[in-house]
Amino acid sequence: MIALDPSTKKRPEFINVRVRRQDAPGKAPYWELHKIKYEPEMNVISVLQRIAAQSTNRDGKKVTPVAWDCGCLEEVCGSCTMVINGRVRQSCSALVDRLLADNADEIVLEPMSKFPVVRDLIVDRARLFQGLERVKAWVPVDSYFNMGPGERILRDDQERNYPLSQCMSCGCCVEACPQYNKIELTQKSGESDEEFEAREKAAYSEAFVGPHAISQAMLFNNHPTGKVLAGERLDALEGPGGLASCGNAQNCVAVCPKEIPLTTSIARAGRATTLHAIKTWFEK
Amino acid sequence: MAQSNSPTRVVVVGGGLAGLASTMKLTELGAQVDLISLTPVKRSHSVCAQGGINSCNDATRQLGDDEWKHLDDTVYGGDFLNHQPPVKEMAFWAPKVIELMDRLGVPFNRTGEGFIDRRRFGGTLYKRTAFAGATTGQQLLYALDEQVRRQEVEGNVNKHEFWDFLGPIQDETGRCRGVVAQDMVSMEIRAFPADAVVVATGGCGLIYGRSTMSVFCTGSAASRCFQNGAKYANAEFIQVHPTAIPGADKLRLMSESARGEGGRVWVPRTPQDPRGPRDIPEADRYYFLEERYPEYGNLVPRDIATREIFDICVNEGLSVEDDRMCVYLDLTHIPRHELDRKLGGILEIYEKFQGVDPRDEPMKIFPAVHYSMGGLWADYVKSDEGGLEAGAPRNHMTSIDGLYAIGECDYHYHGANRLGANSLLSCIFTGLFTGSSIMNYSASQESGATDVPQSLLDSAVKAQQDRHDHLLNGNVGSEENPYLIHQELGDLMTRVATVVRRNDQLEEAIQKVDELHERAMKVSLADTGSWTNQNVIFAKSLQDMFPLAKALLKGALQRDECRGAHYKPDFKKPSLTSDDPVERRRQAEAWCDAFEANNEKYLKSTVATWNTSTNQADLAYEDVDTSLIPPRPRLYGLVGAEEIEQVWNERAAEKAAQSKSGPGLVGTN
Repeated sequence: MIALDPSTKKRPEFINVRVRRQDAPGKAPYWELHKIKYEPEMNVISVLQRIAAQSTNRDGKKVTPVAWDCGCLEEVCGSCTMVINGRVRQSCSALVDRLLADNADEIVLEPMSKFPVVRDLIVDRARLFQGLERVKAWVPVDSYFNMGPGERILRDDQERNYPLSQCMSCGCCVEACPQYNKIELTQKSGESDEEFEAREKAAYSEAFVGPHAISQAMLFNNHPTGKVLAGERLDALEGPGGLASCGNAQNCVAVCPKEIPLTTSIARAGRATTLHAIKTWFEK
Repeated sequence: MAQSNSPTRVVVVGGGLAGLASTMKLTELGAQVDLISLTPVKRSHSVCAQGGINSCNDATRQLGDDEWKHLDDTVYGGDFLNHQPPVKEMAFWAPKVIELMDRLGVPFNRTGEGFIDRRRFGGTLYKRTAFAGATTGQQLLYALDEQVRRQEVEGNVNKHEFWDFLGPIQDETGRCRGVVAQDMVSMEIRAFPADAVVVATGGCGLIYGRSTMSVFCTGSAASRCFQNGAKYANAEFIQVHPTAIPGADKLRLMSESARGEGGRVWVPRTPQDPRGPRDIPEADRYYFLEERYPEYGNLVPRDIATREIFDICVNEGLSVEDDRMCVYLDLTHIPRHELDRKLGGILEIYEKFQGVDPRDEPMKIFPAVHYSMGGLWADYVKSDEGGLEAGAPRNHMTSIDGLYAIGECDYHYHGANRLGANSLLSCIFTGLFTGSSIMNYSASQESGATDVPQSLLDSAVKAQQDRHDHLLNGNVGSEENPYLIHQELGDLMTRVATVVRRNDQLEEAIQKVDELHERAMKVSLADTGSWTNQNVIFAKSLQDMFPLAKALLKGALQRDECRGAHYKPDFKKPSLTSDDPVERRRQAEAWCDAFEANNEKYLKSTVATWNTSTNQADLAYEDVDTSLIPPRPRLYGLVGAEEIEQVWNERAAEKAAQSKSGPGLVGTN
């Protein structure tokens, strides 16, 4: 079932939207109800835009606009991830008609639960990007000068890598992962911003790196020049917060909006680390 | 005074393809970069580009292609409004750009043998376009993002994500000494002193309310440079793509291939016919492209398709819906399996975002603002070979000393209309090419980032803090809502300054925009807090849309001609009407005379300066460097094109002969 038949006029006049709000980190979250006029072909972004424009809650009381993060609105940039009616997804591709078909009473919007809330629906996803640093997710080329073409790449390799390189670091996979737990530290009094950042980074680098980062490690290990760092990437995946932390729940692959074969990457990483460990043992 | 030992410090504003390419190259050359971006750089709008990236290549060379032809396609496609030296340099760098991106790990599609595969794009005869599936922009951006992350780990880059660039810091000589920016989370306003500053902040589509661009593309960063004295060029040239999916929140692109595979564009003959599209019989349908252009039908050129769809909705009032402009793009007559095989990818986009299966129901589409060809005016130094002088400090410097503009937010490369798959190239090229220019500029300065007087930084921060505080508390009692003003501005701009432009409408819009500008300056905010206040960030960007909107409208008003993306029917060059050969020849001669006279007057870049005392854009015009390829008429679809072309070629040959026999007799400009 794709959409409501345009001839059936059973669409509501108004939509109820329940938003889990939080004014700042460390503040208590609270629910706020909004009521906006139904329009055809809305998505959650346009719902939030209407809420911002009217800036009153359902009782007509003036409230601050709900804060949220968005960018391309085409499900490519990864900005607008949130939990919508209990399911993590991009809010740009969350269509109101379909949401109402599942739950006619209201739309419930919540921030992702695995990251510190910055405000309302905005969370701090720095840890996602740090995961990419941990596995050195890049090709270590000599220079950015003109050195001629890269190595030839077989079509099979390109077709294996292309889906992995569509990962937009949106965070759906880690939100759904039971092994990826929220880390939220608070700045101590007298602690400088730099000291706090360093402490935060250290905490992140102990914890589970996440399926997205494991998949990126496999992407670069399958690149003719990128594989120069294969050993270092596998070392990282063997270390704390690496592959051993994966509980194989397979939730990640189920929620990935880009249908990236994350569990396949994890399985490949498992085999590669085992081989790597044996090889390292023999080389001792 | 000798430079201190501290490394060159550059602030790069914007983390799309251009900003990341620049950051990557600058760090390699030894600079420390502060990278400022509204969003985590991996989420920049460059991710949305789909088609590919152009360069002449080993395969096309064997068909007679070369860099010169790429240059020619670009300037012809741009209706000769491009300065040719930068385009030449870009075309000659293009193969190197692709090779570098290949080395950086971009998963370009491959041939069976493992070479980079290519496809053909509009405006060229050769398969020049390298692509990575339908997400080439995303793949290129990620490769650069990865390199910048690598440099970050090395300690060469400090990323400041979720920071809003508020303006350049200039010393008493006018030189740019850094930037002021605001943390969008803590709302802290801070100065970033620098040896040089690069602005790479993309297009300004949000001036039109909704476009195919991301929400970051407000143009406000470019506007903040403009309001501080940087010139802004060719603002009136905004590319409008014929087919996009109108959405309540944004417009999403629908590829031309839908029409290529047999899609038919139509509207009901009765305005806003309440029946569902499939209940409307053939006789009640108006296939306006097929009726008006029997020869080309639904495959008329892009600009004509854009104008006709616009005309049918705006002037004929035949939009499918009464409160929103759109026409049907109908594929339902084509068998499902064929659609899935040929158009699966783009149909899925429609399905995902519209919740309607376009195999069963016609798509509703409308043209959408897509790309800013104009942008911050930027200088260049021409080399002896007619390209750019590598490493010359003035390459891509704006009219503010030490402030550079690259990527979509500068005005070079595309002229009056953009050739498909050239934008990704121009962004990466300018980022890479300007690295050495910026380093040379910094090295030649007597004082650098460490010598910027604290008082200068403090006063720059204070000015921005005052603006911020005033927005939060200064407009007591005002009822102006920034989101609603933005809607009004967008609707107005879309109505008068997109596809078809009329002087009376432009004049009226200029007055209306003045009023909206005044109202926008006294908005009242629903959120006056000091933590992640998106309201105040938006209000600032809204206010800063107006200077660009004003430059755009005035530029369009003063340009009485049709050129590329700028189309005024009142000044259209007519087709030839006579059947008599002699008379037809005379008409063709007259046509060419008129074309030359028009070029004399309008083959110029519009250069706007912001006048702070009048709050208006003052316009001047600069000659276009056409030293490499003389301008020629674009005659596609015109009756009598053959005769005109013949006359034109005869004249060109005569001129060439004359300039050989006696130098200086006839200029090529």
